[in-house]
Amino acid sequence: MSTGRLEIRKTYKLFIGGEFPRSESGRSYEVTDSKNRFLANAAMGSRKDARDAVRAARTAYEKWSNASAYNRGQILYRIAEMMEGRKEQFVSEVMSSEGCTKPVANKIVTAAIDRWVWYAGWADKFATVAGSTNPVAGPYYNFSTPVPIGVVALVAPAKSSLLGLVSVVAPAIVVGCTAVVIASENRPLPAITLSEALATSDLPGGVINILTGNTGEITPWLASHADVNGLDLAGVTNPALAIELTQSAAGTIKRVLPRPTVEPDWFKDPGLERLNFYAEARTVWHPIGV
Amino acid sequence: MNQSFEYSPAPESRAIVNLATSYGLFIDGKFAQGQDGAPFKTIDPATEEVLAEVWGAGPKDVNRAVTAARKAYNQTWRKTSGRERGKYLYRIARIIQERSRELAVLESLDNGKPIRESRDVDIPLVAAHFFYHAGWADKLDYVGLGSSPSAYGVAAQVIPWNFPLLMLAWKVAPALAAGNTVVLKPAETTPLSALWFAEICQQAELPNGVVNIITGDGATGAALVSHPDVDKVAFTGSTEVGRQIAISIAGTKKSLTLELGGKAANIVFDDAPIDQAVEGIVNGIFFNQGHVCCAGSRLLVQESIADAVIDSLKRRLSTLRLGDPLDKNTDIGAINSAPQLAKIVELAKSGELDGANKWQAPCQIPEKGYWFAPTVFTNVTQSHRIAREEIFGPVLSTLTFRTPSEAVEKANNTPFGLSAGIWTEKGSRILQIASQLKAGVIWANTFNRFDPASPFGGFKESGYGREGGRQGMLGYLRPRGK
Repeated sequence: MSTGRLEIRKTYKLFIGGEFPRSESGRSYEVTDSKNRFLANAAMGSRKDARDAVRAARTAYEKWSNASAYNRGQILYRIAEMMEGRKEQFVSEVMSSEGCTKPVANKIVTAAIDRWVWYAGWADKFATVAGSTNPVAGPYYNFSTPVPIGVVALVAPAKSSLLGLVSVVAPAIVVGCTAVVIASENRPLPAITLSEALATSDLPGGVINILTGNTGEITPWLASHADVNGLDLAGVTNPALAIELTQSAAGTIKRVLPRPTVEPDWFKDPGLERLNFYAEARTVWHPIGV
Repeated sequence: MNQSFEYSPAPESRAIVNLATSYGLFIDGKFAQGQDGAPFKTIDPATEEVLAEVWGAGPKDVNRAVTAARKAYNQTWRKTSGRERGKYLYRIARIIQERSRELAVLESLDNGKPIRESRDVDIPLVAAHFFYHAGWADKLDYVGLGSSPSAYGVAAQVIPWNFPLLMLAWKVAPALAAGNTVVLKPAETTPLSALWFAEICQQAELPNGVVNIITGDGATGAALVSHPDVDKVAFTGSTEVGRQIAISIAGTKKSLTLELGGKAANIVFDDAPIDQAVEGIVNGIFFNQGHVCCAGSRLLVQESIADAVIDSLKRRLSTLRLGDPLDKNTDIGAINSAPQLAKIVELAKSGELDGANKWQAPCQIPEKGYWFAPTVFTNVTQSHRIAREEIFGPVLSTLTFRTPSEAVEKANNTPFGLSAGIWTEKGSRILQIASQLKAGVIWANTFNRFDPASPFGGFKESGYGREGGRQGMLGYLRPRGK
């Protein structure tokens, strides 16, 4: 950096409804790397930001959940394409955020890109695998299809700032949910850069909204929000907060994915667990006759 | 034309049901007196006559039942192969078929539902549920959780009073097929058929402790679901209690499925076959006195045919026979309990106060017991309590709509999302409307059909998880190593 040219830094902002606002609260917080060196000032999301994000997700829901599976699959694949183009940037941010070597960061970023591709392929296959025609004892045609649970709030994993984040949000949107994501509090930068890839990937605004800030401050507003249907506690590290959020979510019978006691290995084959969580069966009966 | 048909009474004999004066709890394969708690009486809601005394299990009893279930899980059931577990369930299904008449009479006595329904719907479905799930027990690799999924362990199950034995079957059959052991608490007002089921488990030589039945009220249920050695909680009942359960087990390892209330829209389009639709409306809300969580309690009828549908509906309702549940000609039985009747009366009154027009079928109300005549409200708006709250009784609220999108908007305008009905001759419209309705079960040109192969369960505040079908098995299993 001694070439005499001063580097242009990026302003890290929130991602709500396809736009990049600062927090309405005007607050920010200092983000450091694994060795405690200053990286950036990230926006400190507020209650109002969370509510705006839920509104954006709800607005986007009708169209996204009714988009064809083929269309959703192509958009998820397009996200992978956009990430591939920014690979170097992701590698460098994962390195500084997670304090890992370049080969490890490279492995993380390629796994995150490949995860989008994996889930993209599920878009038009999940209903085949999870749905059914049901042989009822009577003259009825009866079938079940998985349908999205609605607007969901996800607390992204605390440690795995990119691969973990992709692993929790991709299954939610591929089945047709729209999401409000709280990025890892201490490692938010890859999440914000991901939102820049999302913004250029044909993903309609509001399908994924990303907030940065204090997890303990923002999540209670999402857990109690009547327009949120599901809650993923993947990144909640504080057990007392997890209990509080689960109890609050019970107020409107939200579906809750519990806090893992140890952050999982996100390189593992994800299986259907999260797809199953984000979709529930709708069963239709019709008489058979002339 | 003013013909009145009189039928001679055709009562089913109750002699087939041999009631003892008091019953204990069924723990570890044996009936025994409770150790704490207190006895209470269960009555026939059609006559207010006491049927028997049962035990309200206290915390010690709950603990004994959970301990028995844990021991049976560790020592017996976990080591029993899927094929053998399935054979026990097949045995149970066969015994239920053999004793179906007795069970139907018992169910009508304790619940108040017409014998026509307990005989033709409840009990056959109970047997079908055990028969269906028996076949899953040795096929768990195919439910969709990868190879060798595991049971949770001890399942705590709390069920309502509207379909006492059928709700038991919905809970117990998949739990046992998946390899869990069970502690089940039947509803306070309908404990008897669950105790009969305990005896059926004995006849089937089900190993001790695999199924434990503890009777009692809400306090017993709360003690059961909050017991620390329970791994899985399954509840069917009100949204309010479901909420309390979700709160009480937050932070534990317990897995939860909830099947809660509903306020289903039954949508009738102007091209619907009106006579069939009217039969469907009647079946939708007056089946089982409206004590059905998925009841079609909000009739949404297209404005152009509203008068014709309502007239036809009133004519049809005037022919329904209300009275002795054991009479084979009875269409509408007794309301299950005095508190439930009070709730229905209160909500119906609110409908009048809110300005809706009330119409009741002209029928003679018996002097004793709890009864409520089939009731239709017209001129109902979406803000009325009778359009928003679950009444759980034979009360239909009627609203109108002009366009399909208005129908969908009104149908979805509720925190519930359990079921819905669509009546139209147009197939493409059925599929379009069905995809827009936020409801877990949709009946098109029919209503209130149930089958063990068909997943049942709600969206939104109607709960989560499914019962029945492959999807229903997922609530009692976890992937290997999870």
